[in-house]
Amino acid sequence: MTFEDPIIRVPLHEVAHGRAGDKGNRLNISVIPYKEVAFAPIAEQLTAERVHDIFRYRGTTRVQRYDLPKLASFNFVIDNVLEGGVNSSLNLDGHGKTLSFRLLAVEVEVPESALHSASPYRRGVQ
Amino acid sequence: MTTSFLIGNGSGFSGDRIDAPIPVVKTLVADGRPSAIFFEVLGERTVALAQLERTASNDSGYEPMLEPLLEPILKDCFENGIKIIGNFGGANPMGAARCISRLARKLKLTGLRIGVVTGDDIRERISLDDLEVYEADEGIDVHDGTLVSANAYLDAQPLVEALAKGADVVVCGRTGDPSLALAPLIHHFGWSADDWDLLAAGATAGHLLECGSQVCGGVFFEPGYKEIPCPENIGFPIAEIGADGAVIIGKAADTGGLVDARTIKEQLLYEIHDPAQYITPDVTVDLSGVTLQQLSEDRVQILGVSGTARPEKLKVTACFGGSYLGEGEVSVAGPNALARARATRQVLHDRLKFRGLDVTARCDLIGISSAHDSDAGVLSLEDYGPGPSDIRIRLAAAGSNRSHVEQSAREVLALLCCGTAGTGGARWRVTRRVVTRSYLAERAAIQTQSQCFASEDLL
Repeated sequence: MTFEDPIIRVPLHEVAHGRAGDKGNRLNISVIPYKEVAFAPIAEQLTAERVHDIFRYRGTTRVQRYDLPKLASFNFVIDNVLEGGVNSSLNLDGHGKTLSFRLLAVEVEVPESALHSASPYRRGVQ
Repeated sequence: MTTSFLIGNGSGFSGDRIDAPIPVVKTLVADGRPSAIFFEVLGERTVALAQLERTASNDSGYEPMLEPLLEPILKDCFENGIKIIGNFGGANPMGAARCISRLARKLKLTGLRIGVVTGDDIRERISLDDLEVYEADEGIDVHDGTLVSANAYLDAQPLVEALAKGADVVVCGRTGDPSLALAPLIHHFGWSADDWDLLAAGATAGHLLECGSQVCGGVFFEPGYKEIPCPENIGFPIAEIGADGAVIIGKAADTGGLVDARTIKEQLLYEIHDPAQYITPDVTVDLSGVTLQQLSEDRVQILGVSGTARPEKLKVTACFGGSYLGEGEVSVAGPNALARARATRQVLHDRLKFRGLDVTARCDLIGISSAHDSDAGVLSLEDYGPGPSDIRIRLAAAGSNRSHVEQSAREVLALLCCGTAGTGGARWRVTRRVVTRSYLAERAAIQTQSQCFASEDLL
């Protein structure tokens, strides 16, 4: 941490974007930092275990994280989170497409310079 | 020097924007390089729904929007040598071919050749009991459901054969999505069936394109954070592929949306599990070394894709019928809406129990929690303070007893008189459900046929 670039706690949404996709009862969610500076803190804080905890309320049995350092991105593969998959689910969103934003709501600690330029959490870093 | 080949996408799912292929074809015609356009319209359960429809009529079971999709582009494609490939055959590829033949007559096209690929439907030949269940689907319970459909994801080779027989349009049923784009590349460049790096490059292009607008700003744009121009007219993607496997992703000219590293990354990882082993029927693709280079506005080159041998087994998706989904909704609004919504939900749960209806059910409080919630409604119990002033209560009930499912949904309708104060806006419906489960089958057990017909012979 430096004086010019303080570490702040923000929703993941302020530093990364992502997309959810399904195959059967398995969901994947990509997490893509807007700026490379966010890659290392996300790698450290957004472990497979933490993501498993986030989706445990829906019966998730396993979470695996794949790192793509060359694209500064992550891919989370989440098993049995869809309560049966698109065709068995009672959920309006049986595909789980909205769940990327459930993950983007989790809080992370990042340098302020990692924020998206439109983020309301920005206070004055360039 | 061999020129590159252009491949565009005209739709990413059945239900996509019907006017999307028009600017794609216009761009391909203006460019003049050899090209093709492909359509991906079969979701995991679409074949089963088509199969159910086909049992009622022999001229159905294929993509219902086929004629309106192709009518504005078929003439331009035919006259400019732009190949059309699509899995709009669904459960009835010959039916789709006959539909295209009728369209060709209507458009006064003569000499059109239509390729038809079959063999993906394995119900008659293979017993599912002999197949290994696809790992991710082990937890899926198909109950005593009746088998509606079982289709293998075919590779690109039968499509290539149809193209080699001179087809201008090729219709298939279940085929690996990227294979639809790979086939015209193999046909054009003569790539061999075991040149894994080239096949991987083509399959990656197909993967990026198969969901249509999703690589050009569709399900990407977000006010403030990820703005795109003209979201009401997102251009569909066009890839430029070199004989050496170079891949550049762009989009139709004079359209909205955008192509940049962010849109590519989101789509590259879409529906991917291990990025080092993205399995397609034609090749196993390693995406872990991919890097991106923005060449110019809306043009991004994909570098670092490599491939290894294709999987020995093909994926088969089977669909089982025999159950129903009932849904009912009502609204409450104004002062104390959240308390009234919660009471409504309790009444619905109690009514299903009281009447002994044999269903599994959940109840959403739309406006409080729905899409993200679990069947048990865990998120709806959080503290929302006074809550929003406009909430829709949705009951979903599923089971194999159609009458019980319907009676469950009708319990929501009954709330118009028996419900909490100020209940209104009831809607209810019952739909057939199809449960899918995937398996792995030996390639040798799956026999495909590639035919090519003169359009006039199909009338």
